[in-house]
Amino acid sequence: MFKIVSKRFLSPAITEMKVLAPRVAESALPGQFVIVRTDEFGERIPLTICDYDREAGSVTIVTQTIGHSSAKINSLNEGDYFLDFAGPLGQPSDLVELINSDNVQRPTSNAPRVLFVAGGVGTAPVYPQAKWLHDHGITPDVVIGAKTADLFTYVDEMKKVANVYLCTDDGSAGFHGMVPALMEDLIVNQGKKYDRCVIIGPMIMMKFATIMAKKHNLPAVVSLNALMVDGTGMCGACRVTVGGETKFTCVEGPEFDGWLVDFDEAMRRQGMYRGNPKTDCTCLPK
Amino acid sequence: MPNKIPRVPVREQDPQIRATNFEEVCLGYDRNEALLEASRCLNCKRPRCVEACPVHIDIPGFIHALITEGEASAASIISKDSSLPSVCGRVCPQETQCEGSCVLGIKGEPVAIGKLERYVGDWKIEQFVNTASASEDLEDSTPRNGKKVAIIGSGPAGLACASDLAKWGYEVKVFEALHQLGGVLVYGIPEFRLPKEKIVGPEIDAVKRLGVEFVNDVIVGRTTTIDHLLDEEGFDAVFVGSGAGLPRFMGIEGENLNGVFSANEFLTRVNLMHAYDDRYDTPVFNAKKVVVVGGGNVAMDAVRTAKRIGAESVIVYRRSEAELPARREEVHHAKEEGIEFRMLTNPVRVLGDDKGWVRGLECVEMELGEPDESGRRSPVEKPGSNFELECDAVIMALGTSPNPLIKSTTKGLDTTRRGCLVADDDGRTTRPRVFAGGDAVTGAATVILAMGAGRRAAHAIHESLKD
Repeated sequence: MFKIVSKRFLSPAITEMKVLAPRVAESALPGQFVIVRTDEFGERIPLTICDYDREAGSVTIVTQTIGHSSAKINSLNEGDYFLDFAGPLGQPSDLVELINSDNVQRPTSNAPRVLFVAGGVGTAPVYPQAKWLHDHGITPDVVIGAKTADLFTYVDEMKKVANVYLCTDDGSAGFHGMVPALMEDLIVNQGKKYDRCVIIGPMIMMKFATIMAKKHNLPAVVSLNALMVDGTGMCGACRVTVGGETKFTCVEGPEFDGWLVDFDEAMRRQGMYRGNPKTDCTCLPK
Repeated sequence: MPNKIPRVPVREQDPQIRATNFEEVCLGYDRNEALLEASRCLNCKRPRCVEACPVHIDIPGFIHALITEGEASAASIISKDSSLPSVCGRVCPQETQCEGSCVLGIKGEPVAIGKLERYVGDWKIEQFVNTASASEDLEDSTPRNGKKVAIIGSGPAGLACASDLAKWGYEVKVFEALHQLGGVLVYGIPEFRLPKEKIVGPEIDAVKRLGVEFVNDVIVGRTTTIDHLLDEEGFDAVFVGSGAGLPRFMGIEGENLNGVFSANEFLTRVNLMHAYDDRYDTPVFNAKKVVVVGGGNVAMDAVRTAKRIGAESVIVYRRSEAELPARREEVHHAKEEGIEFRMLTNPVRVLGDDKGWVRGLECVEMELGEPDESGRRSPVEKPGSNFELECDAVIMALGTSPNPLIKSTTKGLDTTRRGCLVADDDGRTTRPRVFAGGDAVTGAATVILAMGAGRRAAHAIHESLKD
């Protein structure tokens, strides 16, 4: 049993929870995920780790209600428990390897210039990576996109560790347009130079942000949120095609070279159970 | 003349009815049937069945004891060599092991050793269920020796290793990655072949009563590492029984279409996650016609499970029926349940519709050529024999390849060219204090082999840690 030590709403449909899971907190690194289960009848749901506190033994997750199981997660309150909270799973972000932890606070001249591109609920998992860079003396640029100004999450946290650029589809805050347009604006009009970008958000947004990155010859890392059952490599539900080869998101990912990912296949596979009465968000927990 | 008695048939659920439910197919012997069947055993002086049993259970010994002294005595003879009789009685390939070498089988039917083992094992479980308190031989009364062993994985190898070590006084902690204990016994083998609450649960409870501690949701290699367990958490030795690993696919066109699953995924959804039960949230694809590719036990489990959730279900296998690696009983049961078998057939690509969902499987006919290294005649394609098999789901049951997680996070642990952990017959790996057994070492094999490996490793651990 894993206790929820705090919960807050980032928007009406998105919550942030700190969960007591000392073993996970001790081993977690940016880019990894956990598998949670709310109750005996619950699905095993993969969620990206958004932050961790090794001393307090807690791990932060952010969940958007999109179906039955995410609604169940978001109905839990502070003081409630997850029945299962397993992880950290997947490979850590390769930024972690890129920056040797011995270099704390001593950025070298060849430190990578990183642009993060976050969309929707993907902003939260960008945070630990941006924070990791910041803790190692590098302040990255972060583009955050939302449909409208009310839907931004994690902006205040992000501003503490990064240079933040906002954009909205309706122009209600920041740049008027979607994230690929803002990426192009930064690169072309503002003359920003990047060595790589890291894109996390809805699959469709990652697809178009990757196309933009490629247009400007910018390497792009994406974090895929494929369907999973066990999350440890056993089931293969999370297969994606990367560079013509089949990969398991849970053990070889979740981060992949965006240029090589078959996004159309990934989106189609994500919708495998759409319309299934068990997964639709028609009711709150039984 | 005891050997004139024909093999006592075992009662089974009617095929028509059982093909629509998840209750156990085989109902097992009652006392009278078991005693009658036991009386067929010739009690051979040099019993070939014992030789053929991977853990060398004293088979004539327990059968004879069942007749002369009763179930308790038979159970204690089995428990010297096997910690999971109710499981192995159900899932062992007896026809290639004990029963395959029974003298009675030369001219007639071998003794139903598996069914007798099951009868004795189930009797023992019932004793515990009926008498809430544990009996003397399974009590946590062994003096502790102050040494700690970590077991990775709560499948058959881990359970066997844990129970022996606990009996000898070790403090044993089992780390399980999933939310349920039992490994393949719960995620892989279906309820209709191995009941979870009735059989697997009590077998695990018996291990708990020995004082073994279980921790779920710990993925060794991620949540913690072997080095951490040995250096920081004070374990004196580690046993790796982490199981088979990642499902294999064929590498053919269309394998990532919607509607193509590994048998592991399909079975995990249905068994571990109870997708067939409306109370549980995990969905399973609602197929009308399922083709399962493969001929092993996992393929049989998958195809019969698909049938039970309402799909027309077909097995496609590239060799002939004689080469099917599955237990004969499973093949027989599958046929009774109306599973179609397409032998000497090999898929060449999965066909999709314009939305990316499976609409069929293109196959080619095969014929058997020369025997390969495994001694089986290797299948060869008949050119130009391609044809389409209509279906809306394809399940690949082609075995597994080792999970690299433990190897890649543990220094000094060598693997074979195929990626399995290197370990000798007693489970010693290339790293001191680290032992391994079961599918992690052999690749996908059987419950009994894993259990045997767990027990041999327990002896080796004991040998290495005693003063």
